[in-house]
Amino acid sequence: MTPDKIIVIFLGFVGIGFTYWYFLMKKDNAVEVESSVDIAVDGGYSPNTISIPKGKTTTLIFLRSDPSSCLEEVVLPDFKIRKFLPLNKKVNIEITPKESGTYEIVCGMNMFHGKIIVN
Amino acid sequence: MTEVKKSFPIKGMHCASCVRVTERALKKTLGVKDAVVNLASEKATVTYDADNCTPQQLAESIAKTGYTLELEEKTDTAIKEEKRKELRNLRNKVIVSLGLGCLILWGSFPGLIQTSPAFLQNFFVQFILAIPVQFWAGFAFYRATIPALKHRTANMDTLVALGTTVAFGYSAIVTLFPQFVKQAGIEPMPYFDVATIVIGLILLGRYFEAKAKGQTSEAIKKLIGLQAKTARIVRDGKEIDVPLDQVLVGDTVRVRPGEKIPVDGVILEGESSVDESMITGESIPSDKTKGDTVVGATMNKTGTFTYKATKVGGDSMLAQIVKLVQEAQGSKAPIQRLADIISSYFVPIVIMLAFVTFVIWYVFVGSLLLALLSTVAVLIIACPCAMGLATPTAIMVGTGKGATNGILIKDAASLETAHKINTIIFDKTGTLTNGKPEVTDVISVNKLKEDEMLRLSASIEKGSEHSLAEAIVKEAEKRKMNIESVTKFKAIAGHGVEGLVGKYQIFLGNRKLMEREKISLLSVNTEITRLENGGKTVMMLAVDGKLTGLIAVADTVKESAKEGIKALQRMGIETVMITGDNQRTANAIAQKVGITRILSEVLPDQKEAEVRKIQAEGKKVAMVGDGINDAPALAAADVGIAMGTGTDVAIEAADITLINKDLQSVAQAINLSKKTMRTIKMNLFWAFGYNIILIPVAMGILYPFFHILLSPIFASVAMASSSVSVVSNSLLLKRVKI
Repeated sequence: MTPDKIIVIFLGFVGIGFTYWYFLMKKDNAVEVESSVDIAVDGGYSPNTISIPKGKTTTLIFLRSDPSSCLEEVVLPDFKIRKFLPLNKKVNIEITPKESGTYEIVCGMNMFHGKIIVN
Repeated sequence: MTEVKKSFPIKGMHCASCVRVTERALKKTLGVKDAVVNLASEKATVTYDADNCTPQQLAESIAKTGYTLELEEKTDTAIKEEKRKELRNLRNKVIVSLGLGCLILWGSFPGLIQTSPAFLQNFFVQFILAIPVQFWAGFAFYRATIPALKHRTANMDTLVALGTTVAFGYSAIVTLFPQFVKQAGIEPMPYFDVATIVIGLILLGRYFEAKAKGQTSEAIKKLIGLQAKTARIVRDGKEIDVPLDQVLVGDTVRVRPGEKIPVDGVILEGESSVDESMITGESIPSDKTKGDTVVGATMNKTGTFTYKATKVGGDSMLAQIVKLVQEAQGSKAPIQRLADIISSYFVPIVIMLAFVTFVIWYVFVGSLLLALLSTVAVLIIACPCAMGLATPTAIMVGTGKGATNGILIKDAASLETAHKINTIIFDKTGTLTNGKPEVTDVISVNKLKEDEMLRLSASIEKGSEHSLAEAIVKEAEKRKMNIESVTKFKAIAGHGVEGLVGKYQIFLGNRKLMEREKISLLSVNTEITRLENGGKTVMMLAVDGKLTGLIAVADTVKESAKEGIKALQRMGIETVMITGDNQRTANAIAQKVGITRILSEVLPDQKEAEVRKIQAEGKKVAMVGDGINDAPALAAADVGIAMGTGTDVAIEAADITLINKDLQSVAQAINLSKKTMRTIKMNLFWAFGYNIILIPVAMGILYPFFHILLSPIFASVAMASSSVSVVSNSLLLKRVKI
């Protein structure tokens, strides 16, 4: 086997390993939220994971600056909410979780994900 | 004074002092009672006297401080404008990129190259033509990829950005450093056509997808659009036109022929026929007279009437329907779970497969060019969007179609379960029958006269809420009888009532009540059987421990019942009737509507247990009831269907609400669920199958056997059409007959 092929195999493994580590092994740190939180929508949701109290109303204020059509809608399926996020315009979503657990925030095409942890 | 509380968006605020300034300006405005400004939501909530202050005046006060108060929530208009802009933008980019891409293709594609002008064959010209496509038309891909990568996430844009950058980057190196490439033993041949045409085609796919996606939520827009803009209300003897949001509960509203009814209410005076098809799906107009309810957004046809507003704004039936449909469209169907899991790993896996493809082609075939082209094809052909769109678009169209036919579906899970239903239990009273029983026979068995029997019965039933009691009281009122007051009244669930009317101790109820009180029915058994065989409910009256007579009450079967049941039986669904009536009465009614399995003499609190019993037989059970009395049974069933008029209680308790009370809608609802699920399954099959089959083809799996290798351009055609086809397939649901 020629050296260039060995290098390609090596780089291929490095690429696969890096992709796995970069995308599939990330850990989210939950941001504690009391009554309201600003969520930037740009290549995903930031903060991506929020922790909110049970039984209290929390306002999630979404501001989308990403023109990608993937993120134009935000869906909170457990709360039966699907909202269009106009570009550069704040959209308030109020939720009052009645039970503890982890709920998801997803984009309209189900490609971007965030988490709401209710304690 | 007409106090109004309303929220207005305020533009231009940056800090807490802006809040103070705007709040003060609003509070100083004449007629404003209170104003609260929220910086986070950029909204002012103002309570003001609508007689002395208008939103226009509020806007003027805010304008003086240098900020802007927007009079209307322009979200809908803003969304529409944004969508229009997006489509225009996409169209321009498609034209430019496909135009330039075709020129490059003409100058580089074998077979076409001979017919092209010489300058188009020049690599530098191709390079310059490709730059605007890659970095202007394709900017959206980079714009989405970079922040996503920062968050360690990736989506379809990442794949397109990676794929076209590889093709463009390789071609740029070949063009700018041909010697370097030659030294590596590769013929310097650029592939700008691949990068440009791929971008053009994917944008074209997005253009069609955006157009189609806009139509999936059309039902809600249509429903909102039904609303009247103004209402003519009568205040201080004068008729004035006011905007819809200024109509208050208790206002008297006048509606003339051909006008839309602005808000929900009860007719005070006049009569008319009203077209309610927009809410109920029922095409025949219904006649309305004094005391009848009218629903906002329906159309008055012939007469003029005044009515009292009972529900306005968010409480109105239309607002509730819109809210329910919006909620259903925001919910997730359980079938989506698998697609969810796969799509969360999909893009990283495709990137890993692209690495594998490159390594295999380079190492085993030894061609850098084929390795690059196959890698680009893998990145381009993968389409996670189709998987993401498969379920929600069908749910959106399905729930929307339901709403326009008077079928309100609570959430996606209910819509999904409904297609598996194989047994439907119908409550009798109010569901199979009109729920308005009338007294048909009053039979005395001793010296007490029939009129006196009816008077005593009406007196004791006055305090009861049962529909049979209502029939007796109504009959007594019709005969202008003097109803006495009752003491020691007691309703015994599933039995009847007891109490003291004057000096008499009265028991009125069914056989069970008489058995309990040890009153013999031997002398009237034949008579009871005769009445019950006619589908009548017989109540026995006992005065001071002695049987005095029988009162028979009958309810009329709904016109739609027989056809509705037949439609379900044709679908292979077993129909069951549940009732508190005794077996003979139940049999008579069931025979009229065509039901063979009957659960009779079921006490109200046993209905839930009966539902569970049938479920234990392994059946998927739907319960159809009126949504108020049957709430536990509706909740216990796999799918609870309420024949409601859109009241809060009915909507809350049921998975599906049939606003038109038409029994044929039950079969329609099941059919809608079946059709929607078929669309979802087709979409998922296509979206999964597409990726499972075409990704290996792009990797070159067919090459060793047939020498077939997928060009990245064909990959982009397939990719662009996959999500469009999924959305279009969902839109086909609009046309199906349910």
